[in-house]
Amino acid sequence: MKSLLATAALLPGILLATASTTARAIEYSAVQAEKSSITFVSRQMGVAVNGRFPKFNAQVSIDPTKPEIGKVNISIDLASIDAGSKDANDEVTGKQWFNVPMFPMATFTSTGMKSLGAGKYEVAGLLTIKGKSQSIAAPFTYKAEGSNGVFEGGMTLKRIDFAIGDGPWTDVSMVANDVQVNFRIMATASPAPAKSK
Amino acid sequence: MRIDRYTSTAMALHWLVAAMLLISVTVGLYMTGLRFSPEKLKLYNWHKWAGVTIFILVLIRCGWRVFHPAPPLPATTPAWQRRVAAATHLLFYLLMIAIPLTGWLMSSAKGFQTVYFGVIPLPDLLEKSEALGKLLERTHRLLNYTMIALAVAHVAGALKHHFIDKDDILRRMLPARRA
Repeated sequence: MKSLLATAALLPGILLATASTTARAIEYSAVQAEKSSITFVSRQMGVAVNGRFPKFNAQVSIDPTKPEIGKVNISIDLASIDAGSKDANDEVTGKQWFNVPMFPMATFTSTGMKSLGAGKYEVAGLLTIKGKSQSIAAPFTYKAEGSNGVFEGGMTLKRIDFAIGDGPWTDVSMVANDVQVNFRIMATASPAPAKSK
Repeated sequence: MRIDRYTSTAMALHWLVAAMLLISVTVGLYMTGLRFSPEKLKLYNWHKWAGVTIFILVLIRCGWRVFHPAPPLPATTPAWQRRVAAATHLLFYLLMIAIPLTGWLMSSAKGFQTVYFGVIPLPDLLEKSEALGKLLERTHRLLNYTMIALAVAHVAGALKHHFIDKDDILRRMLPARRA
């Protein structure tokens, strides 16, 4: 009886705590395309070549006071790839590379998030490209600018893990296995908080 | 009869650069038509490394030439031939400098840095720009066709002097035969 009472007394506090944390996790889902980018650097015989994925969607929910409840979902339209030259663009959507007709999207779904301190976080999750999924982790920074959230980070992928560059292209002395991927995502919180002015 | 020859260093540089140009231009003409493949990447990079090497060798040649003037032409050489020969050689030097430079700039404009032997990155003097890349590509090609035409004239002239005029012009650039 006593314990039941105690629980009853604590309940509002627990509910309040839960409510306040969920209220602080901000949901960002409206990506501002012109201020966001997912770029990559591949190395061809020692030559760094810049590329990018202009079309993608992202939803990020983050609570700086409780980073472990954060979630990230990103999907990239691979047909939009710019691999650095017309020659390369004609090639990389094909079977040996991304096989875009079969696998039009690359997706990332987070499984966890943690704080690295000083505005830095790390998100872990499953990256799926060309039907192959790999666990990856990427550090990033988060800044809230008004109703916008800015996320910046990057990681190194092994292209062979995803069979990106099959056949003669598996030769990593020609195109390096390591591909550096960088992202800068600016997204508006949804529903957007009411503007004060 | 003693022949006034070029120095052995000048000869070595001349023939080395000639051989490299022949290979590099041939590869250049061939590689552009290939479809994107590891072979194409390889040839492009080799072509660029060869270009950097030729450029360095040509600078050495220019330096050498300043301190070691060409041996005199036979006294019987008409003035117009002297002028044509001098102009041909000057144009050759200009092209051998300009062609690697336009190649390097074109690479930068197309977004592909030149990394000498895959190890030493050359600075990109130009930002990536499709229009500039196309312009430099056309310039690089035009300069090369000019050089090919010049090389044909150069070789034809040398052979004509050797086999028809039977003078010592070509021998000036060939090592002396051992007795």
